[in-house]
Amino acid sequence: MDMIKYTLTRLGYMIVTLWIIVTATFFLMHSLPGTPLQNEEKLPPLIRDQIMETYGLNDPLPVQYMNFLGRLVQGDLGKSLTYDGRSVTEMLLEGFQASSFIGMQALVFGVVVGLFLGVAAALRHGGLLDNIATIVAVAGVSIPSFVMAGLLSYWVGVKWQLLPTALWGTYEHTILPSLSLSFFVIAQMSRYIRTEMVEVLDQDYMKTAKAKGLGRQAIIFRHALRNALIPAVTVLGPLAVNIITGSLVVETIFAIPGIGEFFVQSIQVNDYTLIMGVTIFYAVLILVTIFVVDILYGIIDPRIRLAGARE
Amino acid sequence: MSKLLDVRDLHVSFTTYNGEVKAVRGVNFYVNKGETVAIVGESGCGKSVTSQTIMRLIPQPPGIIRHGEIHFADRDLVKVSDKQMEKIRGSELAMIFQDPMTSLNPTMTVGRQITESLIKHQKLGSSKARQKAIELLRMVGIPSPESRAKQYPHQFSGGMRQRAMIAIALSCRPKLLIADEPTTALDVTIQAQIIDLMKRLQEKFGTSIILITHDLGVVADIADRVVVMYAGIVVETGTLHEVFFNPHHPYTWGLMASMPRLDLHHEQELLPISGSPPDLISPPKGCPFAARCRHAMKVCTEYMPEMTDLSSTHQVACWLEHPMAPKANKHTGRNGGEADE
Repeated sequence: MDMIKYTLTRLGYMIVTLWIIVTATFFLMHSLPGTPLQNEEKLPPLIRDQIMETYGLNDPLPVQYMNFLGRLVQGDLGKSLTYDGRSVTEMLLEGFQASSFIGMQALVFGVVVGLFLGVAAALRHGGLLDNIATIVAVAGVSIPSFVMAGLLSYWVGVKWQLLPTALWGTYEHTILPSLSLSFFVIAQMSRYIRTEMVEVLDQDYMKTAKAKGLGRQAIIFRHALRNALIPAVTVLGPLAVNIITGSLVVETIFAIPGIGEFFVQSIQVNDYTLIMGVTIFYAVLILVTIFVVDILYGIIDPRIRLAGARE
Repeated sequence: MSKLLDVRDLHVSFTTYNGEVKAVRGVNFYVNKGETVAIVGESGCGKSVTSQTIMRLIPQPPGIIRHGEIHFADRDLVKVSDKQMEKIRGSELAMIFQDPMTSLNPTMTVGRQITESLIKHQKLGSSKARQKAIELLRMVGIPSPESRAKQYPHQFSGGMRQRAMIAIALSCRPKLLIADEPTTALDVTIQAQIIDLMKRLQEKFGTSIILITHDLGVVADIADRVVVMYAGIVVETGTLHEVFFNPHHPYTWGLMASMPRLDLHHEQELLPISGSPPDLISPPKGCPFAARCRHAMKVCTEYMPEMTDLSSTHQVACWLEHPMAPKANKHTGRNGGEADE
């Protein structure tokens, strides 16, 4: 019951937040100089006017804003002004399919490997495995993903000919991009889990668990890991959004038709509808992720659940 | 009475960067069935290390059991395998800790933390175990145990948490309960309740208890016998009556004199034991208390005193018991040292 109320309240806040983001972006975007038209000077004024009229760009800004909101409520993001009049929704979904697949794969792989590495490092705290995990973590954080992408593409793709170097189509095409994105996730997760795990293993309730006669596995997985997950979940949220929305660089290196390029392109050419589409998409994704992370917190840590319900 | 636990010549050390800390240096004591033995002594005297060694909860490394035997129900706990020890822990041997605020897992319901050992040791199904857990919570005096079992530790007060800890510890009817300063972190009124609860449950189940504390008031309330430890060795042991009313070791005199008492004049000052315990990396070769002892003789700093039998239950390790030692000062410590200055 508390949970439903909490969820509904949070949903309300999310809608308000989204509205603020949309409004701010809308007016900022229109304050940029220029129009979506290319070669504007060469167009006869009549044609230029007609185009502007068609897209409703001659209306006063508040009217355009209201029109835009009206369509948005109906779920219509409009048509792209530069990509041959394609529907923005369609473009985003298409691009997101590729980006999210690669991202999710990287995320799942990275979290699982990072978790194991972190736990193993904490248990062998100070030993060989701990040192290896440290090296992996430092390398994963400090080597940029495009270097990783380049190396993987060269060695695995060109030298050993194991996987395709680039392009999109079969499952094999997704492996290298996911791998190059996952290193950062592995690094982050393993560090957070290790640090927290070392701390948790030192807590009094670990002694209680041991005094109950529980086996090593029950102690580590049932008692320690859950308590060690809390900070890791915090970083997981923003990390997930970044990775799922795709890395422009990695997508460019592997020539993947992802969402990454829209982020950059749309602003350069003043593609108003695409800018708004990308912004809304990104904002919704972040809001939902933050919400999911908060729910996860509650599942992992009952103390947070209670505090949230009281709000 | 038969001995349930018999600790013989136990030596436990910890390796540190500065050298080997000899935390426990030859401890002997026993616990009979159904009896409460209190181990008293100041911080760092080795009482907690001794109890955790019995449970085999000392992290190894850095801890090492150098020597000794711990006989418990026909086994030597120093020698049993880790797997066997897991079976003994929580079922035959149980422990409760000092700080109930941190001794319960914050992300697991209290009920689940109780059922865990029931499922592990008594092989109960989960619904049976849950019923048993509720029963246990009721037994330790937690109101509306059905709903409490579903709650998390942070929804419990300190006293309630310690009650829950007791429920966990007693869930499988252990033969021996080790309580490591169970009341130190609690309010005085709650302390009394917890001690009463332990006494009541002991009567009901016949559990033996090792109570580790530096609170002599608690000792007087619950203990049958007392073991006084200092710097890793047992300096005096005897029945509650013997140790409280006829203490023989100057350290025990000091402990008694530093305890506030209602039957003394309130003008009378409490006498602290001045100085601090010796460094256990290189412990003195003689009596460890010699440096702080007002009655120390030359022999005390040179040779470790042997255990002297005063009665079948009362032993003391002090050179003052030697026939050649001066006897005059013996009673000076007992009543707060008024004959002294």
